[in-house]
Amino acid sequence: MSFQSKNENKEKAMATPSSLASVAANARKPGTNTLGTNALGIGLEARSVHAWFGKHHALANVSLDFPAGTVTALIGPSGCGKSTFIRTLNRMHEFIPGAAMAGEVLLDGKDIYEPGTDVTKIRLKIGMVFQKPNPFPSMTIGENVLSGLKLAQLKNANKDDLMEECLVRAGLWNEVKDRLNAHGGSLSGGQQQRLCIARALAVNPQVLLMDEPCSALDPGSTLRIEETIKELSETMTIVIVTHNMQQAARVSDFTAFFLADGGPGEMIETAATSQIFSQPRDQRTENYVTGRFG
Amino acid sequence: MTMLENKGPAAIPSPREITTEPRFSDKLFRAIVTTGGLSSLVILGLIAVFLGYQGFEILAKEGISFITTSEWTVEVDSFGTITNTTFGLAAMLVGTILCAFIAVLIAVPVSVAAAIFLSFYAPASLKRVLVSIIDLMAAFPSILFGFWGLFVLMPSAEYWAKLINRYLGFIPIFEVDPPIFTRSPFIAGVVLAIMIIPIVTSISREVFSQTPLDRIQAAYALGATRWNVIRTVALPYARGGIVGGSMLGLGRAMGETVAVYTVLNIVYQINWQVLFGAGGNVASLILLKFGEAQPYEIKALMAAGLVLFLLTLFVNFIADQIVAKSGSKGR
Amino acid sequence: MTQSYVTPKPSRPWRPSPREKAINISLIVASVFSAYTLVAVTEMKGKLAYFFVFFAALAIFNLIRGVITKDWMNGRDQFSSVIMLLGMTIVILPTASILYTVFDRGRRGLHAGLLTNDMSLATPSDPITSGGLLHAIVGTFLLVAVALLVSLPIGILTALYLTEIKGRFTRPIRFLVQAMSGVPSIVAGLFILSSVVYTVTKSYSGLVGSLALTILMIPTIARTAEEVLNLIPNDLREAGVALGGTQWRTVAMGVIPAARSGLITALILGVARIVGETAPILLLTGGGDAVNFNPAQGAMGSLPFYIWKSFLLGTEESITRGWAGLLVLLVLVLSLFLLARFLGSRRTK
Repeated sequence: MSFQSKNENKEKAMATPSSLASVAANARKPGTNTLGTNALGIGLEARSVHAWFGKHHALANVSLDFPAGTVTALIGPSGCGKSTFIRTLNRMHEFIPGAAMAGEVLLDGKDIYEPGTDVTKIRLKIGMVFQKPNPFPSMTIGENVLSGLKLAQLKNANKDDLMEECLVRAGLWNEVKDRLNAHGGSLSGGQQQRLCIARALAVNPQVLLMDEPCSALDPGSTLRIEETIKELSETMTIVIVTHNMQQAARVSDFTAFFLADGGPGEMIETAATSQIFSQPRDQRTENYVTGRFG
Repeated sequence: MTMLENKGPAAIPSPREITTEPRFSDKLFRAIVTTGGLSSLVILGLIAVFLGYQGFEILAKEGISFITTSEWTVEVDSFGTITNTTFGLAAMLVGTILCAFIAVLIAVPVSVAAAIFLSFYAPASLKRVLVSIIDLMAAFPSILFGFWGLFVLMPSAEYWAKLINRYLGFIPIFEVDPPIFTRSPFIAGVVLAIMIIPIVTSISREVFSQTPLDRIQAAYALGATRWNVIRTVALPYARGGIVGGSMLGLGRAMGETVAVYTVLNIVYQINWQVLFGAGGNVASLILLKFGEAQPYEIKALMAAGLVLFLLTLFVNFIADQIVAKSGSKGR
Repeated sequence: MTQSYVTPKPSRPWRPSPREKAINISLIVASVFSAYTLVAVTEMKGKLAYFFVFFAALAIFNLIRGVITKDWMNGRDQFSSVIMLLGMTIVILPTASILYTVFDRGRRGLHAGLLTNDMSLATPSDPITSGGLLHAIVGTFLLVAVALLVSLPIGILTALYLTEIKGRFTRPIRFLVQAMSGVPSIVAGLFILSSVVYTVTKSYSGLVGSLALTILMIPTIARTAEEVLNLIPNDLREAGVALGGTQWRTVAMGVIPAARSGLITALILGVARIVGETAPILLLTGGGDAVNFNPAQGAMGSLPFYIWKSFLLGTEESITRGWAGLLVLLVLVLSLFLLARFLGSRRTK
């Protein structure tokens, strides 16, 4: 499918943030998505999320919807809380000693912070790709792709097919199909990052969180990963943190701008990506996207 | 400063050699520090030389049978003159290795479990207290373990030995005949295990704490439970360090004197029945025989000390190699 | 900027909820109950049975709880957490038992003259109020002081070589220091016996005992000092040299003062390592019963020797004396350890 046309559609249907979900659903051309929009579920919703590290209030009052089947970019200067925010979305935040939070994160309408929730199930549904490629160095490429199945001890009848499918979707199959038994560390940085994406795909998540996935990569690899993101967005919800505004403009349907102005990080503005970059409502957003600071 | 050769305009200049002439005070400083630094080499060398020198006569006479046979007798006539001697260390070497292996077998699983608990389960405040207790335990003198083992642990350990004998007695090493359960290699092994647990625990904890965070996070983000992460990420990463730490513990257990002497019934025979109350190790033999030994027998004890020294040096060397290898590979 | 929201109370929803805590406690209670019942009903008996039945029950209950509330994976996670707790408990129990035993039994041997009398006039079966361990304390103090005099400079020089010179012997020396810390104490004793006693002094004394202790102390001091010196930021060294100072002056005026309290910690840990060392003391010092202030001559008593001798004499009074000696030794080790901890924590602040 053509990513460009998708964006154009959305521009015509410019709307307020609250009705973005329906816009996204309409924007998707019938037939382009084999799974169908309904199969993707409602997506992910953050409701008044706050985050603390010890006494430090790092993130305040973020409410943001991630409609199913869309790509949302989180932009903002360093220290604005966007990485903290993305880590609250699949409960990776709690690994930091002294961490605390408030608010709700709803996946398919259910709060993932509800007491008694099986957090491992949540992380299976909400995958994550990190800033630095982190394949398991003791495993081969093939084992890396299937490591999620092994970790969560999921059964899959046809592992070879799944491995191929995931590597194809991550755009890595052609480069590694002849050396699936090589170690993950033998790949280049960009290939390792796509391997990490393939690894995240193997457990079939609904949502994929990407925390600055290209910041450690060269421009060529960045381009390949951006293509991968576009292809993946047809079947899953993607949230990507990026420092690179061009990247946000290239890959995302919606953009949220974060800023910490002395106090905790807050979300200043969210809208369709084209609007954020062409006619932002907030002066601070405009200053940032036009490169006046940050 | 040295001049560099002039090779004409087009030539790529050869790298300039930078030489510095240190001042006298610095030369002296470096010489003194280097001498001090080499002291460990000198001391270890001297240990080998002096023990070898004193024990040479015995080693030359007994040859390889010094470590392969197990008879240790000094016959004297009525005037106190030595008439015949046989020195074979095998029984004590077997005892040394047996006790040390029992200690490692008990200590390693317990220590690794404790290290995992400290690294992945314990809340920060509890962890601080427990780590302090383990460090304190490492500072306890061996005489403390020895007499505690004799007076407090022995009755309990004897009961455990009887249980093992009752349910696993069909395995040859757990046979006890005649039924003497006190002061056995098993009990010595338990005491040694308690002595090396702090060493193995703190080394294991250290390697666990070095497990790369990004790998741990990657596993959690893939929906792993804590146990999955430990099993598939932390344990493979820490394996080398744990093996190295266990070897260090093994070396320590092999060289222990006082605690073994206190709890073990030292009998000069090869005894593979670990629950039976007879055994010994090289170090405790030296202590036992030293008080009553004639100058000639002392030479044999020196030779025994040399064997023990080389044995522990070898174990430490292997441990060092394993730790260095597992550390540098990055895994 | 006006705040557009009300800051809520921070919460940690990943912590166990009151309900989960209640389940935890009830599982522990159920395990205690199971342990009592099973030990009463079956032929298992003793502390060991209570201990293992309790942990087995706790592990199985947690496994079942995990499987019921979540899934099989969670059950295994819960099960393994109990196993790790078991390991930790086994590590802690001996320490607790040792501390309790020594304080409990040593207490009975305490009396007013313990620290002011020596054993020169007391026989093994005299009531414990006669005699004392003044000679042992004096001896241990002298042994440690002499050992410190030799090993502190060598240990710190070794550490300086590893951190400041970083010559081509760095790696082998680091190994040798490690290997030296693995030298059995009896071997250190035999070495001094063969190299000093038989060739030079021809007699036992405190001094030769100290030399053996030196060998055991150097690696502890060297390794701790190396760690401490490594913590000194390199800027300090570069700043010193950039100001035109020689390396010698930079180390002496900059690095060592900055690491001072850490080096004292190294010293204390070294002392703690040898203060209770027994085997070489038994071989070398002769172990007198009277106070002897001269380390170079005559039998020298010490705490480990006193304890050893008291227990081996075997009378009821002497065993009580032995425990009292262990108590004094343990208090000494504890104080040294706490002092090192205190200095260490001050350093990190």
